[in-house]
Amino acid sequence: MSLDVREAAEVTTPPRPRRELTTAFVVSRIAVLAVAAAILLYAVPPLVAAESWISLTLLLLAGAGIGYLYLTRRFVPAKYLVPGTVFLLAFQVFPVIYTVSTAFTNFGDGHRGDKAAAISAIETGSVRQAPGSPEYGLSAALKGDTLVFLLVDPKTKQVQEGSPDGLTAVQGARLGVTGKVLEAPGYTVLKAPQAAARADQIAELAVPTRGGLIKANGLSRAVEGRAALTYDAGCDCVKGDGDSWQADESQGYFVNAKGEHLAQGWQVNVGFANFIRVLTDPTLSAHFLGMFTWNMVFAVLSVLTTFALGMGVALALHHPKMRGTRFYRIALILPYAMPAFAMLLVWRDMFNRDFGLINQLFGLDVDWMGGMLSAKFAVILVNTWLGFPYMFLVTTGALQAIPRELTEAASIDGAPPWYAFRKVTLPLLLVALTPLLISSFAFNFNNYNAIALTTDGGPFPAESPTVGGTDLLISYTVRLAFGTGSAQFGLAATMSVFIFAIVATISAITFRRTRKQEDVYA
Amino acid sequence: MKLALRHAFVLLVCAFALFPILFVVSAAINPLGTLASSDLVPNGASFDNVAKLFSSDIYPFGRWVFNSVFIALASSTASLLLSMFAAYAFSRMRFAGRRVGLLALLLIQMFPQFLAIVTIFMIFTRVSELYPAFGFNTTWGILLLYLGGALGVNTWLMKGFLDTIPKELDESATVDGATHAQVFWKIIMPLVTPILAVTALLAFIGTMSEFLMANIFLRDAESKTLAVGMYGMIAGDGRNANFGMFAAATLITAIPTVGVFLWLQKFIVSGLTAGAVKG
Repeated sequence: MSLDVREAAEVTTPPRPRRELTTAFVVSRIAVLAVAAAILLYAVPPLVAAESWISLTLLLLAGAGIGYLYLTRRFVPAKYLVPGTVFLLAFQVFPVIYTVSTAFTNFGDGHRGDKAAAISAIETGSVRQAPGSPEYGLSAALKGDTLVFLLVDPKTKQVQEGSPDGLTAVQGARLGVTGKVLEAPGYTVLKAPQAAARADQIAELAVPTRGGLIKANGLSRAVEGRAALTYDAGCDCVKGDGDSWQADESQGYFVNAKGEHLAQGWQVNVGFANFIRVLTDPTLSAHFLGMFTWNMVFAVLSVLTTFALGMGVALALHHPKMRGTRFYRIALILPYAMPAFAMLLVWRDMFNRDFGLINQLFGLDVDWMGGMLSAKFAVILVNTWLGFPYMFLVTTGALQAIPRELTEAASIDGAPPWYAFRKVTLPLLLVALTPLLISSFAFNFNNYNAIALTTDGGPFPAESPTVGGTDLLISYTVRLAFGTGSAQFGLAATMSVFIFAIVATISAITFRRTRKQEDVYA
Repeated sequence: MKLALRHAFVLLVCAFALFPILFVVSAAINPLGTLASSDLVPNGASFDNVAKLFSSDIYPFGRWVFNSVFIALASSTASLLLSMFAAYAFSRMRFAGRRVGLLALLLIQMFPQFLAIVTIFMIFTRVSELYPAFGFNTTWGILLLYLGGALGVNTWLMKGFLDTIPKELDESATVDGATHAQVFWKIIMPLVTPILAVTALLAFIGTMSEFLMANIFLRDAESKTLAVGMYGMIAGDGRNANFGMFAAATLITAIPTVGVFLWLQKFIVSGLTAGAVKG
């Protein structure tokens, strides 16, 4: 251990006198205070309005802490560490922790809110027109800025205001011949086009009555309906339609005697159910293993092909009598400089069966992205094209660092070129490049773009419409959460946790092996 | 190995490297502008595709270029600065928790940010409700998100650079009365600028190609980046018809990076071996 000079110095010398206030000092402090105040002014009101007191407390504490940190002269290292750490905590560490906790829930479509939200969704969703109830004449109106219904009873011609708070009588309204309200004191009655523009709001407004709800039926009629299903807190169940659904807190659903559940559920903690499902669910676990194997194959092959090709050209160019290396180098570097996302899409279309360049050039009629093996071959080829210039660049750099005397000595000793390469050049190259190969592996293990922009996971065999032949774990996870099917955030989070675990294991193993290797060669 | 054999092999690889690019060029100047009519050798030359691209009502291409360049520039600059700050502290100062902090960063580096995409989506659903200016479909929101990944990726790399700069330099400045801020801005930063430029370029290119998070984050036509927008351009029905426009857009996107690449070629090799990855 080396002794740090300043650390030692601080112990022995008496405290330095306070430095005078420089302009830079004052200006920087004022700037910090102004920025902090501006951020707080912007961030606090919405939190107050949303009544999220925990977030507000955290925000104020963080604001006060940061303000103090930059006003005092102490804690110099923290001044440099805090800016990046704030972002790191908010947008990387917190999401990771949140992911792990979501993995233990059934959050997703059908399980988005809490139980109360599920009950109210079930009840309002089951509203049907009550037999014998009146069909009101409806005029949408504004009371101040809020939308309300003006309802005309067809028999008594009495006018009532309907709002989310209920019904109240309205005096002095003028009715038109069609039985709709033309004017009413205190209200702005919306004309047909204005009402049409607010059709969504009108459809959403529900006016509670004693036995049910009044909802709009189109823009000029409103009917009173009754919820066919009602929640009974006594038995913690939903009743109606001659059946009853008991709340099941372990599934987050209302389930009836036959085991069927209502579509709307709520978010519950499901323990290890998601993890068990990934590993033991017969359909899912078979795919999980296959997907994992392909994921490894894809990452390993990507590294090997790019490295082999890149090193091949680097070696070919690495010769004192080689001419035109400048030109070659520019040509070889170009794929690396092209925008990767766009070139992936170009490759996808070059493999197109009907109009693709590859089939045209070679006179083939291969459905590249449709066949299991051909799609896998295609994505590896595309990834090789994208990645080999990088390997070419780094091997060129590493080759130049290897002293020529070593290879010359080998050839003077009579070693054939291939043997000299295998015993002298390659080991030396690997010492320099192994860390890069490992990070290239880690990158390709989660190379979402290479799959999503070319095959999008396909082809999808008939027996597993959700797991494609070239799906990586990450592309499957993203589809679980954001694909066209119903969103399964809980399960997707579980998959993420599995990927975390796999990446961590692989990193730990390779980290140890590289250290051993360095011991050997260094 | 015979020299001719070497040339033949390298030429073959060059052909492999160049033919997709040649295809893009010929598709971009192909007057018909469809995938079916595109070939390696252009059958005619016109700038119709470029003109169509900039006058399109459906695809605000100019806007996408602006969004992409702005996000990539801002996030690469800001994230390098943030990680330079942290690296300066880790390299030059000794404090409690230094070793733990460095180890924690090494661990975090192993977990790419996009793995937590599910919860990032949930977090930003809430942020969109509270602060629409930083929510979905906004440049600022995705910028914040990208900055979250800054510290994990670059701090170790930067610390490596800083460790190669002799400590005596800033110690002598300290003795002369420079504050820690002056040492950072006036001594350290000028010395690492060349290597920072290369790292910034790599970060820039990486952000330009970022697709996973941007695709979930940016759904409005006006807010999209090039990667998301151009993906939509040849998705579904437009796949055949818009290919010429897409190829032209690819070339326009590539021009600045190819230019800088050729210019910085020498430095890039050393910057790359220091640990940045692509492809």
